[in-house]
Amino acid sequence: MALSRRHPAVLATVIGVALGTMGIAYAAVDSSTKPKTTLVSQTQVEEGKALFIEGCSSCHGLAGQGTSDGPSLIGVGAASVDFQVSTGRMPGVGPGIQAPKKKAIYNETEIAALAAYVATLGPGPAIPTAELLDTSGAELALGGELFRTNCAQCHGVSGRGGALSEGGVAPSLMDSDAKNIYQAMISGPQNMPVFSDTTLPVEDKQAIIAYIEQLQKGENPGGNGLGRLGPVTEGLFIWVVGLGALLAVAIWIGAKAK
Amino acid sequence: MSHDHNELEPYGAKDGVDVVSGVPVFPMGEHQLRRADIDPKAAKRAELQVASMFGISAICLLGAVISYVVVSNTLFINVPMVGKVNANHFSVGTLFGLGIFLIGAGAIHWAKKLMPDDEIVQERHSLTSAPEERAEVAEIYKRGAAETGIGERKIIRRTLLGALSLFPLPLIVMLRDLGPMPGTRLRETIWDEGIHLVTDATYRKIKATDMQIGTLINAVPENLLEVEHEDENLNERGKASIILVRLDPADIVSQQGEGWDYQGIVAYSKICTHVGCPISLYQQRTHHLLCPCHQSTFDLSDSGNVVFGPAARRMPQLPITVDGEGYLVATSGFQEPVGPSFWERG
Repeated sequence: MALSRRHPAVLATVIGVALGTMGIAYAAVDSSTKPKTTLVSQTQVEEGKALFIEGCSSCHGLAGQGTSDGPSLIGVGAASVDFQVSTGRMPGVGPGIQAPKKKAIYNETEIAALAAYVATLGPGPAIPTAELLDTSGAELALGGELFRTNCAQCHGVSGRGGALSEGGVAPSLMDSDAKNIYQAMISGPQNMPVFSDTTLPVEDKQAIIAYIEQLQKGENPGGNGLGRLGPVTEGLFIWVVGLGALLAVAIWIGAKAK
Repeated sequence: MSHDHNELEPYGAKDGVDVVSGVPVFPMGEHQLRRADIDPKAAKRAELQVASMFGISAICLLGAVISYVVVSNTLFINVPMVGKVNANHFSVGTLFGLGIFLIGAGAIHWAKKLMPDDEIVQERHSLTSAPEERAEVAEIYKRGAAETGIGERKIIRRTLLGALSLFPLPLIVMLRDLGPMPGTRLRETIWDEGIHLVTDATYRKIKATDMQIGTLINAVPENLLEVEHEDENLNERGKASIILVRLDPADIVSQQGEGWDYQGIVAYSKICTHVGCPISLYQQRTHHLLCPCHQSTFDLSDSGNVVFGPAARRMPQLPITVDGEGYLVATSGFQEPVGPSFWERG
């Protein structure tokens, strides 16, 4: 719907995005780890508002106050918008247990504008800066421990996802990038609880992200990981292929020679 | 027992034939000759097949030794279907496996193709001993019993019976080593009034104001760090682990005690009341806590009551408040036993 829209203020938008990028770059260079609001131009907010009214307001309300079809977005913050829209979960296709991941409908500029607009509705978690997402100094072993304590119960020890109640699922983390993992933790999308920076500090999050990235590399020294689903696929394999081979050998031994 | 019966044959058969139906009791059919029995070329071919199995096996086994030495164990290769594997493990395993498989396969092929395969009947003798032999054994027993004099020597008989009846007693007493009785330990955890709640794995105190609505924290009591003995520490951790969530106070339907939350922050045991799996699969929109083991589901906004699944008891709630600096502390221990039901709990 909005893929090829032409807005009269294209030039202003480009300037706005450039300013926004400069702001993010500045924040990345700055040494403080406190989340900070990126430089947001008024034009970007207006652009975002226009997109919001067109694509989001039917469920979330004209002022983001929420309706019976969608929750209030006041105070959810830019991180929540960026996560939901960039993973294609929003705009949702219809009511249901959970909005599935799909191809993103909006492009990066439009997502930034939407996030900038929703951020003006009330204070909420901002999009993490590049510096927050830097996992180069992260402690991998701590990340593994924290992952098993806080994440593995839903997303599985190998991060392949798992079942929730009433048909919901915790998604696989195998395709998630650092930014969206971070945003999911601070915004608590859908049924996921919130792990804000105050309760799970930035360095713990970086360790968790580094651990997930390690899982994503998917090194299987023993060969085919069979989806790393554990006893389900491994059992199926050995019952079908392993016992099948033994049966074939037994039949060969028992068959009468010609 | 019918004595005119031929004891080599099953009952109801005579001269290898069932007396009622006339069907042979051990049907064998005509002996079929194999190709190798008739055609010397086929026999030669089978011989070559067996020999090549043994030969390839020898090459594989030597190859396994060579690849153990030669192939680097830091090299990873891509094998179709199998994926990326350690080259050393893969080559040694495949060659050794093939080597021993071919020894067995060759032996079976040899037996099936070349060794004699004439059908034979192996005759078995009757399992019952002759009546005279059985009478003799019975006589030996009777004589032995009479010679012991156990009938007359009452004192020996009674002391023997006494000793034999006491023989299992030490074995039963030694069952005590299975461990001390649990006493009250199943009912108690190390939670107590004023114990700080700390994050699991990182052991940081938790400020109530740091928890926004929807937050989940896996927590343990701070005094868990004082339990130094490893086994004891695991035992206490297994009972005292909690999950801490912040709900919108308006969403709280009920709690197990008046004011047991702190501004919407509620603490519940992490140990499922069904069979004791640790659960923190918390869904913030429904406030449901789902146990992945057997799908017991608890509603943390409604006293931790069971809403689905095999659990028979609600999740025990830990009453909490904050200390002077705003850190979360327990106002008492658990008021009911945590974890699965046990015999004495009633």
